Amino acid sequence: MDSKIKVDIADFRTETRAWLEENCPKSMCQPIKDASDFYWGGRNAKFNSEDQKIWFERMLEKGWIVPYWEKKYGGGGLSPKENTILTQEMSRLGCRKPIYSFGISMLGPALLQFATEKQKLKYLPQIVKGEIWWCQGYSEPNSGSDLAGLQMRAEDKGDYFLVTGSKVWTSYGDKADWIFCLVRTDQNAPKHKGISFLLVDMKSKGVSTRPIKLISGKSPFCETFFDAVRVPKSNLVGNLNDGWTIAKFLLTHERQMIGGIGETDIKQSPHNLAKKNLPFENGKLKDSILRTEISDFELDDEIFNLTIQRIIDEAKAGNNSGALSSFFKYYGTELNVKRFELLLSISGSDGLLWLDEKDSGINLARNFCRSKGNTIEGGTSEIQLNIIAKRILELP
Amino acid sequence: MALIITEEEKMLKEAARELIESKASIDQFRSLRDQNYQSFDESTWNEMIEMGWTSLIIPEEYNGLDFGYVGMGQVLEEMGRKLVKSPLVSSILFSATALKYSDNDDLKINFFPKLMSGETLIALAVDEKSYHDPDDINTRATEENKCYKLNGKKTFVLNANFSDHLIVLAKTDSEEYGLFIVKSNTSGIIINNKILLDTSSYSEIILDDVSIPKEYRLDIKISGRELIKKILDISCIGLSAEILGIIMESFELTINYLKEREQFGVKIGSFQSLQHRAAKLFSEIELCKSIVLKALQAIDKENTDLSYYASLAKAKLCKTAKLMTNEAIQMHGGIGVTDDSNIGFYLKKARVIQKIFGDYNFHLDKLAKIKGY
Repeated sequence: MDSKIKVDIADFRTETRAWLEENCPKSMCQPIKDASDFYWGGRNAKFNSEDQKIWFERMLEKGWIVPYWEKKYGGGGLSPKENTILTQEMSRLGCRKPIYSFGISMLGPALLQFATEKQKLKYLPQIVKGEIWWCQGYSEPNSGSDLAGLQMRAEDKGDYFLVTGSKVWTSYGDKADWIFCLVRTDQNAPKHKGISFLLVDMKSKGVSTRPIKLISGKSPFCETFFDAVRVPKSNLVGNLNDGWTIAKFLLTHERQMIGGIGETDIKQSPHNLAKKNLPFENGKLKDSILRTEISDFELDDEIFNLTIQRIIDEAKAGNNSGALSSFFKYYGTELNVKRFELLLSISGSDGLLWLDEKDSGINLARNFCRSKGNTIEGGTSEIQLNIIAKRILELP
Repeated sequence: MALIITEEEKMLKEAARELIESKASIDQFRSLRDQNYQSFDESTWNEMIEMGWTSLIIPEEYNGLDFGYVGMGQVLEEMGRKLVKSPLVSSILFSATALKYSDNDDLKINFFPKLMSGETLIALAVDEKSYHDPDDINTRATEENKCYKLNGKKTFVLNANFSDHLIVLAKTDSEEYGLFIVKSNTSGIIINNKILLDTSSYSEIILDDVSIPKEYRLDIKISGRELIKKILDISCIGLSAEILGIIMESFELTINYLKEREQFGVKIGSFQSLQHRAAKLFSEIELCKSIVLKALQAIDKENTDLSYYASLAKAKLCKTAKLMTNEAIQMHGGIGVTDDSNIGFYLKKARVIQKIFGDYNFHLDKLAKIKGY
């Protein structure tokens, strides 16, 4: 690397650190307790605190809501190197994300890859400003694991599509403003070839939602119904009947996100909890069976994190790792389920508390229940194993 | 430091693969066994020396290549793939490492050239019971005049039958640990050779008033306990690299078998019950690759958490080796339990190497101790 670039990079780090320290309010450097601490934006955007508002507005002005998108789309135009430094400095300070948005993490990358320039200029800046809360419409009541079997129809009516059907597992469907959907546009084509990718304003006549309650007692998920909804043809992304390409692209993103659950959330280490809660004998945990379980879990957990690092390093060195997203999703979520089983074991009867009057924000019993969904949502573990077997191992 | 190997290390790995595939394929392993359990093939070993593998971890000041343990690990992994029998593990990975971290410069000057040229082969004697426990050593080194007298019994000493020297771990008068290098044919040493499950040679050694000049102690000012800890950590990591080769090769043999074998008119690899098991094995192997590389890097970077990474590596690789070799046999079906098939060799080799310097249980327990529970 030439020395001028090196100096610029060092300067960028110093400046970034100084700016963050000056501009990120103290309360925005505290760990997230649960989803209610997030700012989601949207038409009915509500900030939970003045600090949250200040933090979002300052980051927006700085161009750092989506620092790595081009400036014409509202991004910060940072180079990958600069973006890495910003991410590192934010995590060093413990800065919260200014906004949580499927627009940024899911739809944005798909639009950048597949949309027309006109669509990009329309939707991407809205996402950056937090004006639209996006949700995803993929699964249907009769197509979960068999996603490509989806039945929600979009009929060509000349200047609009007429959309009829329903989606399920729509995260925040009752709060979101727009939904990106997979719809069937050709009834006669083979199932993967009759699907299109469509953007729908949820204010449209005929769209309604109903929340789904999970075994954890709450849930961000909804069912979303479409009853003869008229959608302008300009809302089609990519080519007609080529939506499966976009779907696969996005599923890869989603798997990496869900697989990383154990990594990005505040993680409680089982052995630390055991040290706090359980009796010791001769310097060892008295329950020797539990001790083995903890040690075996942490062995895999630690090495899984090393594996994430290795695959990222390999990707940086030019080895494409897209097919490995199924491995991440499978292994990461299986580990997360095991983690909650262990935490529940270690916590004894204290961990069973359901109605928590103190509302400490971390209710183990509910989170335990929620973790059971991890190995199902975004493609079950079994689907991921199918993908590994077919695409990576090339089994017949 | 990025978790990837460098271009130079990649080239070394490819060269190793080439040599092993042409000279020391799995057929060599079989024929050595069939020729009365021969320990290794001389001409292959000479080529390995010529390739510089015996010099990889020797410091430059002693005319070594100073290539580092990540490089050494690439060679060991390739050797694991074809179950190559050679003195490299006992003489270089274990014993040259012992000398490398010793503070006795005279011994280094004396032995490094002979180790690199293959003129001398050294075996490392640590264990005394049927299980690994370096905290419970009963072999004694008592000081007498200018000598140490060694008394005790060692077991499970890899390649002692053909090594001309031994490095012996013993307890000193002050209840400290010491490491001593001694000629195998010194009077008072009896070596009983055993052939184990994997057809390799391991020995029981009786040390009866074996006299060693004081200059032949490896730890002069440094602590013997610290030295043996370092040797075992590094050896476990090197063994993990070898196990990785064993695991990857048996995985690939098994996947190929699933793609070839037909039953019910279809390839058995089309059955979902086998596909899922194969995909799970694939995932575990991804983890194995990461920890082996991380641990090898930890040696070269002189990471202070070396023991932690050594135990992560050995525990994970032992666990996966057990799973993989069992699945390999089962998925091969009837042919898998015949001597005609090579897959059984991997099962046997894995079970032995799992036991060297601590198995899965030993290292899992150590991990818990390191974390204070």
